[in-house]
Amino acid sequence: MIELTINGQKRRVDAESDTPLLWVLRDDLGMTGTKYGCGVAQCGACSVLVDGSVMRSCVTPVEAVAGRKVTTIEAMEKDPVGAKVVEAWVKHQVPQCGYCQSGQVMAAASLLKQNAKPTDADVEAAMVNLCRCGTYNAIKAAVRDVAGLEKKA
Amino acid sequence: MNLPFQTPVNDPVNVSRRGFIAGAGVGALVLGFGVPMGAARAQGAAKVVPGTRVPAFLAIRPDNTILFQSPFAEGGQGVWTAMAQIVGEELDADPASFTVENAPPGPDYQVVFGQMRITGGSFSVRSSYATMRKLGATARAMLVQAAAQKMGVPAGELTTEPGRVIHKASGKVMTYGELAPAALDMPAPANVALKDPKDFRWIGKRQARIDVRAKSTGKAQFSIDMKVEGMLHAAVQHAPRLGQTVGKIRNEAEVKAMKGVHSVHVLPGAVAVVAERFWHARRAVEAAQVDWAEATGETYRPMPADFSTEAFAQYLANYQGKEEVAETAGDMAASFAGAASTVTATYHSQFVNHAQLEPPSALARYNADGTLDMWFPNQAPEMFLAEVVKASGLAADKINIHSPLLGGFFGRHFIYPHGTPWPQALELAKRVGRPVKLIWTREEEFLRDPLRPMAAVRFRGALDAKGMPVAIEAISVTEGPTEGIADKRAAKLDDAALEGLTGKKYALPAKRIAQVFVKSPTTLAYWRSVGNSMNDFFYETFLDELADKGGQDPYALRLKLLEGNARLTNLIKAAVDLSGGWKAGPFTAPDGSKRARGIAMASPFGTETAAIAEVSIADGQIKVHDVWQAIDPGSIVNPAIIEAQVNSAAALGLSEVLIEEAVYKDGLRAARNFDGYPILTPDRMPRVHVRIVESGAPMGGIGEPGLPAVPPAVANAVSRLVGKRMRKMPLANFA
Repeated sequence: MIELTINGQKRRVDAESDTPLLWVLRDDLGMTGTKYGCGVAQCGACSVLVDGSVMRSCVTPVEAVAGRKVTTIEAMEKDPVGAKVVEAWVKHQVPQCGYCQSGQVMAAASLLKQNAKPTDADVEAAMVNLCRCGTYNAIKAAVRDVAGLEKKA
Repeated sequence: MNLPFQTPVNDPVNVSRRGFIAGAGVGALVLGFGVPMGAARAQGAAKVVPGTRVPAFLAIRPDNTILFQSPFAEGGQGVWTAMAQIVGEELDADPASFTVENAPPGPDYQVVFGQMRITGGSFSVRSSYATMRKLGATARAMLVQAAAQKMGVPAGELTTEPGRVIHKASGKVMTYGELAPAALDMPAPANVALKDPKDFRWIGKRQARIDVRAKSTGKAQFSIDMKVEGMLHAAVQHAPRLGQTVGKIRNEAEVKAMKGVHSVHVLPGAVAVVAERFWHARRAVEAAQVDWAEATGETYRPMPADFSTEAFAQYLANYQGKEEVAETAGDMAASFAGAASTVTATYHSQFVNHAQLEPPSALARYNADGTLDMWFPNQAPEMFLAEVVKASGLAADKINIHSPLLGGFFGRHFIYPHGTPWPQALELAKRVGRPVKLIWTREEEFLRDPLRPMAAVRFRGALDAKGMPVAIEAISVTEGPTEGIADKRAAKLDDAALEGLTGKKYALPAKRIAQVFVKSPTTLAYWRSVGNSMNDFFYETFLDELADKGGQDPYALRLKLLEGNARLTNLIKAAVDLSGGWKAGPFTAPDGSKRARGIAMASPFGTETAAIAEVSIADGQIKVHDVWQAIDPGSIVNPAIIEAQVNSAAALGLSEVLIEEAVYKDGLRAARNFDGYPILTPDRMPRVHVRIVESGAPMGGIGEPGLPAVPPAVANAVSRLVGKRMRKMPLANFA
């Protein structure tokens, strides 16, 4: 048994210590908002926050987050920064198919939690998840909006 | 196909999963519409006129929200919002009050030109626009009749406002939700008046998408997220080459003994592990040491052990075979005989993956009552139902096909032999006697994802003494996706092989467009914008090559070749205007970088497009700074979604022209995940500027048309910048 703190709740799971956090979330805890896309930390669809920093849960062994605070997309609307990100995603009509967007929202929330006033370079450095629908411009606009960066022409 | 429905017949209706109202909201008591007309049902499903029976599509709940059964799958293209706008417009109900889900199989939903159901070909809105408007208007008329009866006033005195019927004289108001049960008893009027488009409240407006919040909060559910009680998980290891079969699992006992493993299975061309958790299944199946046996007898497109994409490209370029002519005009021989100069060149495209972010999955559940439920991504439920009938041996009325949201579309979810996991999930569920959800890992997906075809196109062009092109010949050595999927040639040429080489609108005195068929060793597929995804690259870059040869400016040349075509002249001018005026370059940008622009046009899926791209070379890499695209789909439903789709299509087109290539060596995929098969990353996304032109021509498509003009616009810009023609995707040797 491994004890985890997911979205502020203590959860005990019967998983081997090297099981990726992604599959513990999805299969053991039934939290399917976090997505599987590649399994090799390339796409970012599985992004979650661990102690406030974005991590790719598909390559994060569950034992590595024991005793740390894991936050998933399911908690974003109740998170002060997360809620702003979600509202910006709605305002800028970011998602298309939507599959990568949980991870995109988590990456944005991580950035904005650590740096409420990121520069464009910060935004570019942080928002690296893949989106096959090509919503990159909308993602950038939404993050810049929350960051209070002036809209460029 | 006689598709039965176990439908409730009286209202109010507790709509079951097996009724018209399937999927989302399962278990909810839905009052209101949701009842098929008994008479129509008695006449048999074959008599149903698709898109006419209101209850098959609409349930208006007491709280005035509306559940709409969509004939079309939502995979990001925004069709569910478009449906809500179109139906809501005539129904007089706010699209924001709609919940939409994918309708189950059924005769009512064959609304693509009134005869079939498929989400593809950028057909959805344009093929069903009139039907869906009429459906909304019919529902509104039924509600008004019900209100007339309830209020005791003539229907002619009633008007509607969004979601309610009003009797102005008496001040009586009833909501649609209140009226819905009674409206069911009303006859559906045969002829309903449609709105004058000038009175549209929602069609043509920037309506917010109805699925955005769910998709921004992790609540949207895809096939991969489906879960049922007692479900086991499965993973597979495919044979490295299609056609190979399992000879022996050398360590089967060890695999069976691994943690969480329920059972190990030999499937056609694959080993599967069923387990309590997906991670257990995956880990175990990847541990399996399999001796693969070579294909024997008749199998579907077995992959040769010596196949190499590099060698295949050369083979296509040099292959001499029968030229089957798709399009011809003028006197080619005379044009070339009298030419002041000629150009010959061979162009290449590459195999590309769909690479949708959601890996394929399928969930199969045999039920105690002899029925079968299946959940999997698909863009044509009835066609898949027919396949499941064949695979399961069950009658269609015993099978429930569920079609969740698609985590990426791009043509991935059609019927591709050996290209989807549902047959494996079905077989495993049957064997283990429990529901099974099978997920293909990204690696297994890239191994079995059917590919956009590769082509080599041999061009010849003739120019007159003024440097104007007078003849173009394009011989494409390729296999079309339709003939590739069928693994059989049809009586006529596969349009999807040559579209984009054919159908060009330039006024050239002579042309000859032909295919030389060469069967591809790989499996093939439709890929966003299909033939146009590569053929407009070929044609539009070769056209620039002719422009170079004749000393013509590429924009001026196109204008000249479009003389008399007001629609396309207007469109290309719109793109140029959007970009701030034509400047081909090379020029020096304010940041000191040397840049150039390229221009290209396409006529895909009933829509016309013109694109301009500005590029530079930085750190040995092509950088695309801006894409300006003018798009004329004739008339539109939602400009915001069109802009999003043009961005999306531009991104995929850029990924194709700059980066992607599915490579085989020795019959094996060189890369099976995004580390080895990179796709466009955020840092390579340019600004995309969109201008929508509504010419009033018949409505064209939106999901795909934004793609084809982008790769050639980029390639033409790069060619201009580096002074060397780019004849191959992805662009290489530009330095």
